[in-house]
Amino acid sequence: MGAKRKLLKGYRGGLLGSPLKWLIANIVAWTIGVLWVLPFIGIFMTSIRPFSEVVSGWWSVSPFTPTLKNYVDALFNPMFSLLRGFMNSFIIAVPSTIIPVMLAALAAYAFARFSFPIKNYLFVTMLFLMAAPQQMTIIPIFFMLNNMRLLNTYLGLILIHSSWGIPWITFFLRNYFSMLPKELEEIARVDGATNRQIFFKIVLPISLPGIISASVLQFAWVWNDFFFALMLIFDPNKMVITQMLPRLKGQYQIDWGLLSSGSVLAMIVPLIVYIIFNKYYMGGFRGWAMKK
Amino acid sequence: MKARGSILSKFSFLIPSFILIIIFVIYPIVATIILSFNINPVPGIDITKGKPIGAENYYEVLLSFKFINRHGLETLSFPMGAIIHNIIWIALHLPLTIILGLLLATLFQHVKGGSIIRSFIFLGMVIPMIVGGLLIQFSFDKDLGVVNLFLKITGLEWAARSWTIYPNTALFSLILGSVWLWTGFTVTIYSAGLASIPKETIEAAVVDGADFKTILFKIIVPQLKPVTITVIAMTILWDLKIFDIVYASTLGGPGGASMVLALLMYDYFARVQNYPMAATVATILTIVILPVVVIWVRMITRGK
Repeated sequence: MGAKRKLLKGYRGGLLGSPLKWLIANIVAWTIGVLWVLPFIGIFMTSIRPFSEVVSGWWSVSPFTPTLKNYVDALFNPMFSLLRGFMNSFIIAVPSTIIPVMLAALAAYAFARFSFPIKNYLFVTMLFLMAAPQQMTIIPIFFMLNNMRLLNTYLGLILIHSSWGIPWITFFLRNYFSMLPKELEEIARVDGATNRQIFFKIVLPISLPGIISASVLQFAWVWNDFFFALMLIFDPNKMVITQMLPRLKGQYQIDWGLLSSGSVLAMIVPLIVYIIFNKYYMGGFRGWAMKK
Repeated sequence: MKARGSILSKFSFLIPSFILIIIFVIYPIVATIILSFNINPVPGIDITKGKPIGAENYYEVLLSFKFINRHGLETLSFPMGAIIHNIIWIALHLPLTIILGLLLATLFQHVKGGSIIRSFIFLGMVIPMIVGGLLIQFSFDKDLGVVNLFLKITGLEWAARSWTIYPNTALFSLILGSVWLWTGFTVTIYSAGLASIPKETIEAAVVDGADFKTILFKIIVPQLKPVTITVIAMTILWDLKIFDIVYASTLGGPGGASMVLALLMYDYFARVQNYPMAATVATILTIVILPVVVIWVRMITRGK
C-alpha cells in the first residue's frame, strides 16, 4: 500500500483517468524521452572508444576501452584542426553577439516607445527580413566583401552575422520593452531627462533579463550557423568549427571516430550555454517564436 | 506615452541598425533580384557573364530537371527535383511534427518529470544543424545506427541498410531525422500554449464526464489554434530553407535524390559558378516562402 502510494505520488487525477493509465503514461513518456536522446548517447559512446570497438554498433559494451584518441585526433587534425575551429567560432560569435544586441536594443526602444513617421513600415520591413533566406543575400555579399577586401576575414563574417541578427533581436527586444511599466520613464521625463539618458540609465538596467535572452540566442545562432561561414571563409586557419566538420568526413570511408568527437566538440558549447542559461534561453525562444 | 524630443533624436536610435541592415541585408536582397534578370548589381566586376537581360534564367531553372524532374515524377523514383523534394518534405514533416508535438506536449504535462523529458526532446533545437545532419546519417548507418538496431531487434533485418546512401530512401531518412530534430520546437511551443489554458476549463470537463478524446478535440485543439498557426508557419519556413542537414549528411545525393532548393542555389553558386542562375534559384525560394511570411507578419501585426 505504502509503495503504491509512493509510486502514485505524482498522480494528480484529471485528464488521464485511472491511476493505471497514469502509470502507463509515465512509462510511455520516459521511453520516448530516452529513445529521443539515443543518437546523442550513441555519438558520445563512439567518440570515447576506438573505432574498431564500435564497428558493429556503439551499444555493444564489451570490450569497453575509453580513450581520448578521437578527441586528440580531431583537435589537432593536420588539415582541419578543430581546436583552431573552436577558437575561430568564439572569435566570430562573441562580437557577432555584442554588436547586434547593442544596436538592436536602441532600435527596439524606438519601436517600443517613440512615435515617428513610417514607423509601421520600418517595423514590417524588419519582420520580413527576419524570415528571409540567407541564400537571398549571399551572392551580392560575397562580391561586396570581396571589393571591400573583407572576404575570408573574421571582420567580414562578423559584419554579416551582426547585420543578420539585428531584425530578430529588434523584434524580440521591442516586445520586451513594450511590456515594461512606463511610470519610471515618465517620471524621468518630467525631471527633464533626454531619451538617451532614459534609455541608458533606466530602461537598459531593468531590461537585463531580456538582453541576456537575446544575447544567449544570438550567440547560439551564430555558433551553430554554417551557411555564412561556408560561403565567406576559405582559409582552413580561419574556418569555424561547424564548417570544418563535414570536411572531416573523408573521401571514401567515413571516419566516424573523428566525426563523432568532432560533433561532440561542435555541440558542447551551445549545450553548455543552454544548460547554464536555461531560463533565459527558453524565455528567449518562446518570445522569439510566439507573439506576446 | 508621447515621447518628447525631436525626430532627429528619435531616429538616432534607429540609424546605426539601419545602416547595417541596408548595406548588408536589404541591398543584397534587391541586388539578388536584379542579378536574376542578368543585370549586374555589383560595381567593379561583371558577374552576369554577359548574358542578355531578361527572364531567361527563370525559364532555365523552372525547366531544369534539377528543379522538377519529370522522369522521376512519372516513375515515382528519386530524384524528382529540388522543389518536389521540398514539397514532400513539408507534406511529411509538417503533419508528423505537429501531431507528435501536440500529443507529447499533452502527455508531458501529466507525467512525472515532464519538463525533463521536454528538455531532452529540445536538444535537437540546441545543437548546430550540421551536427544534426551528421547525427541523422550516423543513426541511419547500417552498422552503427540505432535505427537499424531496432529493425534487427524487431525482426525486420532485411530492411537494415545505410538509409542515407540509397536514392529511394535518402530523402525519407532525412525527413524522419528532421522530425526528430524539430519536434523539440513544436513540443515547447505547444507546452507553452497548453500552460495558458485555464486548468478549471479542463477540470470542469472531467467532472462533466468528458473523455480524453473529447477534451483534446473540443477544448485543447481549439484553444491552441493561434499557436498552431505560428507552428505551421515556422515549420514550413524551416522546411523550405532546409540546408545544413542535407549538406552534412548527403550533399543532396545520391545523384540529386535529396537535393533541395537552398542546396541547389549553393550548387549553382559554388560548383557551377553561374551566379545569375544561383540568384534565380534564391529568388524563387524567396517567392515560394513569401505567402507563409505574409500570413505570419499579418498575424503578428494584427495582434497589436
